[in-house]
Amino acid sequence: MAVIEARNVTYTYPGGTKPSIASISINIEKGEFALITGPSGCGKTTLCRCFNGLIPHFYQGELKGETSIAGLSVADHPIHELAKHVGFVFQNPENQLFALSVEKDVAFGLENLGLLREEMRRRVDWALNLTGIYDLRERAPHELSGGQQQRVAIASVLAMQPDVIVLDEPTSFLDPLSAKKIFEVIFDLNKKLGVTIVLIEHRLDLTARYANHIIIMDEGKVVQDGDPREILNTEEARLVGVGIPKAMLLYQILRKDGAKLGETVPLSSDEMAIMIKAALRSND
Amino acid sequence: MIEAKDVYFTYRNGVEALKGVSVTIKNGEFVALMGQNGAGKTTLVKHFNGLLKPTKGQVLVNNVDVSKTSVATTSKAVGFVFQNPDHQLFSETVEEEISFALRNFGFEESVVEDRVTWALNLLGLVQYRKTSPFMLSGGERKRVALASVLAWNPEILILDEPTIGQDYQQKEKLRQFVLQMRTQGKTVIIVTHDVEFVAECNPRVLLMREGKIIADGEARTILTKLHVLEQASIVPPQIAQIFLQLPELNLPNDVIDIYEARKLLLNILESKTE
Repeated sequence: MAVIEARNVTYTYPGGTKPSIASISINIEKGEFALITGPSGCGKTTLCRCFNGLIPHFYQGELKGETSIAGLSVADHPIHELAKHVGFVFQNPENQLFALSVEKDVAFGLENLGLLREEMRRRVDWALNLTGIYDLRERAPHELSGGQQQRVAIASVLAMQPDVIVLDEPTSFLDPLSAKKIFEVIFDLNKKLGVTIVLIEHRLDLTARYANHIIIMDEGKVVQDGDPREILNTEEARLVGVGIPKAMLLYQILRKDGAKLGETVPLSSDEMAIMIKAALRSND
Repeated sequence: MIEAKDVYFTYRNGVEALKGVSVTIKNGEFVALMGQNGAGKTTLVKHFNGLLKPTKGQVLVNNVDVSKTSVATTSKAVGFVFQNPDHQLFSETVEEEISFALRNFGFEESVVEDRVTWALNLLGLVQYRKTSPFMLSGGERKRVALASVLAWNPEILILDEPTIGQDYQQKEKLRQFVLQMRTQGKTVIIVTHDVEFVAECNPRVLLMREGKIIADGEARTILTKLHVLEQASIVPPQIAQIFLQLPELNLPNDVIDIYEARKLLLNILESKTE
């Protein structure tokens, strides 16, 4: 079942002379880990604003076409209604956190849902545990490291138990190890709880391995949409200039040189290493 | 040349950001400063153009002690491009932005005009000459910030997180640009988390942790040393990760470059098939 559905969506910002996104039609199925990528200015962030209702409820401008989240038409439902179904995590967690303690931040969205106190307690603890910050629950968010803050932002969204979590370059301010840990938390939520993930990212080296659906955008349009192993291996993806993961590039050039490597295109260094080992074994 | 001699720095709120840093960066070197958030990278490079003065120890730029000279004098030799271009840009047009520092340094109008045109061309900004920097995209604003520093032709260039928010093609342009600066004999220092970018550029790498430099060497040596990388919160680049998982093949353990990887693997795959 499609949890996000966009049909012929075209949107122009107020005062804009041409649409930022044009004739976008995509489906993101329940439980998918979808990666949206493309050059700067290709319309990725604009598209995602159509998912949480910021377009058209906050940004005016001209919207055509139809977007629905969990079966609800985005245009017909207010942002707070949509927030129960789709959570957002942004680049800079500082812009998202404001409470005096981590657990208050995580509880904030729930207070607005009018849940019973025990249910709130249960959900907050659950979200804190899943993101590995239960021990930090009484700390002030602004005293935490960037990586810890981003976990708080994810926990706050998770506590709402949304169907979809959309993350817009959630690790660009973090050091590589903290970034890796964040991506692993997200991947875990997807695998274990089946939360649909929509991740906007430039850095495919770090993220392609987690995705089972990739959407490449260029100049406001969707130019590729499908399985990351197939799509990233195409000439079109290379031409758009999305930065193919190094492990896959190495696979491509070795195959071109005539090396006998398996048919499954690797998305990560782990897969590539296994593939090389397999090639050597079969040749023994 | 930049020399930091046992530099300590404590912020007014009591945070000790540098705890005894000593490093020499020679003219024409290309250096990447890496390490976890809060390790002191930005604090250190702010000493190189005199924005910060050491609490203890000494920083010399071209043999002049930065504590004994003005920021204006030091920054003529050392250009600094901030992580967030919005901390740097303030003019009404791109042209004014780029000419501002040049006029402050007292260049003649004809020189200002030449330099502005040169910088606009170099960074592909000619069509935005009369545009407000705030109308531009994030990546373009970063290029304006870079152009305004390059215009006065500093011999040392410091770029703080130049690849954040930049797409693949912009990163490739940035890499070309840095290489071009090197051929002109300039010193380039980048502060970055981007291991793949560093692996492609192959600079000297300084790793920082908790206010100290914990490793210093060629990119290929440093980016393949798992135990120090982990201390600095760095993950090795993908090519290195592949090689580190194949110890039984007895390949060199310091490979970060894709073409070197290709050559080594082709050899081994072919010899085994025969």
